[in-house]
Amino acid sequence: MKRKLIGALVGAAVMSMTAGQALAQAKAPAAKGMAAKPAGVKLSGEMVKIGVLTDMSGVYSDLGGQGSVTSAQMAIDDFKAQAKPGWKIELVYADHQNKADVGSNKAREWYDTQGVDMMTDVLNSAVALAVSKVTLEKKRVLIDAGAATTRLTNEDCTPYTVHYVYDTYALANGGGKAVVKQGGDSWFFLTADYAFGHSLEKDTADVVKANGGKVLGAVRHPLNASDFSSFLLQAQASKAKIVGLANAGGDTINSIKAANEFGLTKNQKLVGLLTQITDIHALGLPTTQGMMFTEGFYWNLNAETRDWSRRYFAKMKKMPSMLQAGVYSAVLTYLKAVQAAGTDEADAVMKQLKSMTINDMFAKNGKIREDGRMVHDMFLVEVKKQAESKEPWDYYHVRSVIPGSEAFQPLSLSRCPLVKK
Amino acid sequence: MSEIFGVPVQALMGQLMLGLVNGSFYAMLSLGLAVIFGMLNIINFAHGALYMMGAMFAWMGLNYFGIGYWWSLLLAPLGVGLVGILIERSMLRWLYKLDHLYGLLLTFGLALIIEGLFRDQYGVSGQPYSIPEELTGAFNLGFMFLPKYRAWVILASLTVCFATWYVIEKTPLGAYLRAATENPQLTQAFGINVPLMVMLTYGFGVALAGFAGVLAAPALQVSPLMGSNLIIVVFAVVVIGGMGSILGSIVTGLGLGIVEGLTKVFYPEASATVVFVIMAIVLLLRPAGLFGREK
Amino acid sequence: MNRKRVGYAFLLALMLVAPAVVYPVLVMKILCFALFACAFNLLIGYTGLLSFGHAIFLGTAGYVAGHSIKVWGFPPELGLIFAALAAAALGWVIGSLAIRRSGIYFAMITLALAQMMYFFFLQAPFTGGEDGLQDVPRGKLLGVVDLADDYNLYYFVLAIFVFAFWLIHRTIHSPFGQVLKAIRENEARAISLGYDVAKYKLLAFVLSAGLAGLAGATKTLVFRFATLTDAHWHTSGEVVLMTLLGGMGTVFGPVVGAATIITLQNELADKVGSLVTVIMGAIFVVCVLAFRRGIVGELGALYKRMTGTR
Repeated sequence: MKRKLIGALVGAAVMSMTAGQALAQAKAPAAKGMAAKPAGVKLSGEMVKIGVLTDMSGVYSDLGGQGSVTSAQMAIDDFKAQAKPGWKIELVYADHQNKADVGSNKAREWYDTQGVDMMTDVLNSAVALAVSKVTLEKKRVLIDAGAATTRLTNEDCTPYTVHYVYDTYALANGGGKAVVKQGGDSWFFLTADYAFGHSLEKDTADVVKANGGKVLGAVRHPLNASDFSSFLLQAQASKAKIVGLANAGGDTINSIKAANEFGLTKNQKLVGLLTQITDIHALGLPTTQGMMFTEGFYWNLNAETRDWSRRYFAKMKKMPSMLQAGVYSAVLTYLKAVQAAGTDEADAVMKQLKSMTINDMFAKNGKIREDGRMVHDMFLVEVKKQAESKEPWDYYHVRSVIPGSEAFQPLSLSRCPLVKK
Repeated sequence: MSEIFGVPVQALMGQLMLGLVNGSFYAMLSLGLAVIFGMLNIINFAHGALYMMGAMFAWMGLNYFGIGYWWSLLLAPLGVGLVGILIERSMLRWLYKLDHLYGLLLTFGLALIIEGLFRDQYGVSGQPYSIPEELTGAFNLGFMFLPKYRAWVILASLTVCFATWYVIEKTPLGAYLRAATENPQLTQAFGINVPLMVMLTYGFGVALAGFAGVLAAPALQVSPLMGSNLIIVVFAVVVIGGMGSILGSIVTGLGLGIVEGLTKVFYPEASATVVFVIMAIVLLLRPAGLFGREK
Repeated sequence: MNRKRVGYAFLLALMLVAPAVVYPVLVMKILCFALFACAFNLLIGYTGLLSFGHAIFLGTAGYVAGHSIKVWGFPPELGLIFAALAAAALGWVIGSLAIRRSGIYFAMITLALAQMMYFFFLQAPFTGGEDGLQDVPRGKLLGVVDLADDYNLYYFVLAIFVFAFWLIHRTIHSPFGQVLKAIRENEARAISLGYDVAKYKLLAFVLSAGLAGLAGATKTLVFRFATLTDAHWHTSGEVVLMTLLGGMGTVFGPVVGAATIITLQNELADKVGSLVTVIMGAIFVVCVLAFRRGIVGELGALYKRMTGTR
């Protein structure tokens, strides 16, 4: 009996511990609301607070992670240096561990007790959709740079969510169309067997057919398959000119590696449907040379991107992925919008965001549409041969620029209820 | 007769070969688990993490010290074995008198730590490790194009597996080992240092995992996550085979690799789950496993 | 006896006022995981069965609840019951396979079968794959109480938790529970006493699966989504950790463990970055090596020693 009483007391102690801590947090916003407002810009707290919610430890941490935090900080520093705002800007970050419940809890806590005004990165589709719902409920701003799902700007769109960098439609569409135009008119797909892979495959196949190409077949492989050789033999037997990889991360990496080993790349060309510079860096040029795919950003594109990326490199010892570059642009754009709107109130900022033209090292003439889609140019790249690469991270030939209007899903097809038709 | 269920025989032969490659990884890993289980009565959850460590050691050796593939094949398993011995000496030995489940829990925790540390240090995209000069290229077997490296994997792992079987079943050392498994007190009484044997067995078991890791390094991406999903499949392999016999775990590993390979041709959607389905069937028909002895 | 009652009453009172000071959603999450861990503890702590795939019941019920409420328009209470029953049914299938082996094999089999179900959920269209099943309405309890309000929902979740906790408590102290303990202590003796051990084990497994399912369904209602994370084997590992840390085979251990781990996860999110898993692993190792009775168990032993020596 005594043992149980102890149990009860310990339980109580733990509960009250958490309670006390949360109480301290709960008091914070009340005090904040009463703080004096700096002249010029009306702010909800004493400052604009930006939250980077990302995967710091899991499978996507190379794409976002610490790099995204660094990018966001660079954007804040640059904005302070250029615009000299009379208000404070603060950055917080957290690891959502790829768990939607951790992510949505963190978002709630940030919005309610820490006075966070805007969240960014938020990679991982499940987390992004969950955070987007919380953002709508709390009326703040979410500029998602990391998630791939098109649902953010279709059935699950909200007035407070912007989808900034890429989505599966843009990757499939951009890649599919551009490759067919370059002569790759017969396709075979290697598809990760779940919703994400299926939608990549379907979107690409539609585009390929619409542009006069043929789809010869597809093979579905399980997520995180350890061995791809037998799927690749099937791709090889299809004799298709192009083998489309409708998968991501480790699956893409291992399929490329096996393709190389089995000599598939001698007669056929690999097209990655979600391949990023981190994958190429991980595999090395000898294995990946000749691959084609769509990117939203490439550091070695022009003087402006090089200049920014070198600064990033100095801090991270890596070149940025399109997500990390996108986070910089998203934060900078948001801060400009706050300044122009003269407030950090979400409705006003969103109105400002949607009326702005975004011009920075990441996007040229970027526009945020009413469904929340940020439209900007994408790039069809081909991986260089080792001999053509002049320096570390010099990986791509940019084969064509896909204008934003062609790259993304047209507004007329959007299933977002916010779009007036 | 050039097609079976609409699949050309040639393609089928090719897939069988590839299944054998995967099977040899399963065989090596489940063999290590079986050896450890036989001696320590512990299921080593950290096996996947140590397999990854073998691959990472090979990569680190190459990039930091310029140690090539062939030396890595020897040194990385040794390194992993040493780590294993350290784990056994400092932690596992305190658990032998307790319920076996604690061993599982401890090694699970260790797996999280090892994976987490490598991930923190090297990120998740993984590191490239190229196939050694001597083994690039491929054999044309007529029915398929078999990369030399894959052939080498089959050869190397079969050799190691059967050498292990030979040592345990046919040599005096193996006899001591089997005796110590059967009755540790009595064996100790005969003047054999059982704790030492336990330590070396664990070291050897995880060294096998490390060896598999080095073999996998050029074929797959060397990444901190490479072991965590594999280990569950290997557990299922172990359940199917039963851990009663060394030969049993080798044969089961190879066999399931082949079955999985065939599934990839006929019904690729199920290739991730086929091993688990077989496990369920085996449990229904022969709960002790194909080669297991009911206690 | 009285002191025990006072203890319970104090605890309940504390939980009743908790949402006034702590985030209701966070407390609800803790309650869901506490229930999950209690259900798990029924197996490991009182029957001696280590299920390493328990997250699959949490996840399955989450999806079933989400789908039935969102797509079929079930009211929330019916959705929860239906989901718990579905989890129990799955528990029956997995349980009858797994109890054919014992000890370590049991753990490996549950893990493997859970992984199989995980792949099923990953591929099945109704789960939304990696996007998750999103936007589940909370609905109205019995058509009256609006659960969209966090406070209303909190008291509903608290009621569920107290009910389930009471049920587990009753089970442990019932003759059925005594047989379970006998099986844990000495299976051979229980058999020789004429108990159909397999049947008892299976019943315990089904009950545990059903309650874990109730936790998962409630969690879906709280967060309004169900995702693959809940069905992943990492979550299975987490519930083992919660129970181990709190104290296996103690009534309050799992609750304390769940509260500690969830709070820790929430707090660590913005502090240590990528080292979260390492810390979890380290807690595991320390618990197993030095702390096997868990927080509640160790404190209980300490209390006994202090009162004993006096």
